[in-house]
Amino acid sequence: MSEVLVLVDHVDGSVRKTTAELLTIARRLGEPSAVFCGAGIDTGREALAAYGAEKVYVLDASDLTDYLVAPKAEALAQLVARVAPVALLVPSTPEAREIAARVAVKTGSGIITDAVEVQAGPPDDGAGPVTTQSVFAGAYTVTATVTTGTPVIVVKPNSVTPQQVGGAAVEETVEVTVSDAARTARVIGREPRTSSGRPELTEAAIVVSGGRGTSGNFAPVEALADVLGAAVGASRAAVDSGWYPHSYQVGQTGKTVSPQLYVAVGISGAIQHRAGMQTSRTIVAVNKDGEAPIFELVDFGVVGDLAKVLPQATEAIAARKG
Amino acid sequence: MRIVVCVKHVPDATASRSFAASDGTVDRAGADGLLSELDEYAVEEALRIAGDSGGEVTVLTIGPEPALDATRKALQMGADAAVHVVDDAMHGSDALATSRVLAAAVARIGADSPVDVVLCGMASTDGAMGVVPAMLAERLDLPALTYAADVVVDGDTVTVRRDGDVATETVAASLPVLVSVTDQINEPRYPSFKGIMAAKKKPVETWSLSDLGVEADQVGLSAAWSTVREVQARPPRTQGTVVTDEGDGGTRLAAYLAEQKFV
Repeated sequence: MSEVLVLVDHVDGSVRKTTAELLTIARRLGEPSAVFCGAGIDTGREALAAYGAEKVYVLDASDLTDYLVAPKAEALAQLVARVAPVALLVPSTPEAREIAARVAVKTGSGIITDAVEVQAGPPDDGAGPVTTQSVFAGAYTVTATVTTGTPVIVVKPNSVTPQQVGGAAVEETVEVTVSDAARTARVIGREPRTSSGRPELTEAAIVVSGGRGTSGNFAPVEALADVLGAAVGASRAAVDSGWYPHSYQVGQTGKTVSPQLYVAVGISGAIQHRAGMQTSRTIVAVNKDGEAPIFELVDFGVVGDLAKVLPQATEAIAARKG
Repeated sequence: MRIVVCVKHVPDATASRSFAASDGTVDRAGADGLLSELDEYAVEEALRIAGDSGGEVTVLTIGPEPALDATRKALQMGADAAVHVVDDAMHGSDALATSRVLAAAVARIGADSPVDVVLCGMASTDGAMGVVPAMLAERLDLPALTYAADVVVDGDTVTVRRDGDVATETVAASLPVLVSVTDQINEPRYPSFKGIMAAKKKPVETWSLSDLGVEADQVGLSAAWSTVREVQARPPRTQGTVVTDEGDGGTRLAAYLAEQKFV
């Protein structure tokens, strides 16, 4: 069976949930091989094996982390050329997206971004994997196939439930040779972000987002999020007002989320925001304006003052949980 | 300092966007087009850098006739010149072909005097793939400082700040460079009346593929390296229950969430 390469997303070796999802998808297409760039494989090894990696290629060189994506793309393109995989699957992070773009150019391969579903192609027509994308703010569903080269597929989070299957995770250290041309965008400073302690926005099963209607007070939004075990998001209006950091922005120019439950608080629901949350399974909104377009999308909505509705809901949920 | 800003003309996101029934490409006639909002930040940043360094800004676009509107807006904002690459053969091009044509156009713009900075928005607001800046850097063999939330040009060194999920990074490279910017970087200006009048006299060049030495069979739908199998309109979400808070809104919300097993 042919290999399917999965670019591992990790923070100092700690493997993110999206990687488990990608390994699960890879198993549908062939034999999953994880590609681990940078330091920390001792931390990451167990998770990669647990989610079915049969092979783990370890690419560890300072060149990979001292510069922006070009060296990683170069190393990955070399690996793709050598292994000739069925597909290369990468998570939908900004970095992985750029690596995918460059690998596609280097290897003469077609690329599909933001797949929410990947299945093996029909066996008879020799086509590559069939992807499903949700486009134009979720108004359309498109299925597509890469027709040239190695299919390079950027996969969105929450596209599949990760399966623990147990893989051999046979390790191979790959010699990395990076050209001078790839060593030009130098990382000269890196300041880690402090963790909020809440689930990661794009991976969370529940997201509670606040908008203009919060008037800058996110405390009720955070309290509801915490009682639900949810991530906190923010609309662009809230971010532009400086009320919440940009990395929490949900929408066209921020994160796209697709949780089981999305709670929009004080968010009117402009198209740019809808683009980032419209595919959520269940949508709930609280807004004092009954005419707000967000209510067109909701499964359940409350027209009212969030400063009253949210604390009452938070208290009632806490009481139910005992 | 010579700066080229790549911009895209996209269907208005607030209009009803759709696909052409004939070939599954984006229907560009059915909805009004405009300069992609995310590219306005790139134009603004180019004008700022040029203003600081006494530079010249050329705006570059690819697309059918109406795409000229996108360059016009950039000229009204203050760009000095525009290049419009238009060729029927490009209809249905994928990102790989788009980046190939952009690279050839940037090379031609730089033929007389070299280009120092290529600026892009982080993604378009229609296809939203966000891959063209990286592909363009790859093809032009330029250092790429992507997703910039802040850009500083000092002599021939460009330094950008990137606000990532895990860390905030500072990244530097020497000119010439490609920079892509986020919507956090600046507040794009509105064209002034003076700007609108001045734009009418600014030079606009129109190039075809043959002007760029790109073969017609390297671009377009038939040369795309991926293919759309099926396009389906998703049924609109149907509105559920909306209640007005009469003192028990929070309690009812909690009850709904419990009923749906989220509690």
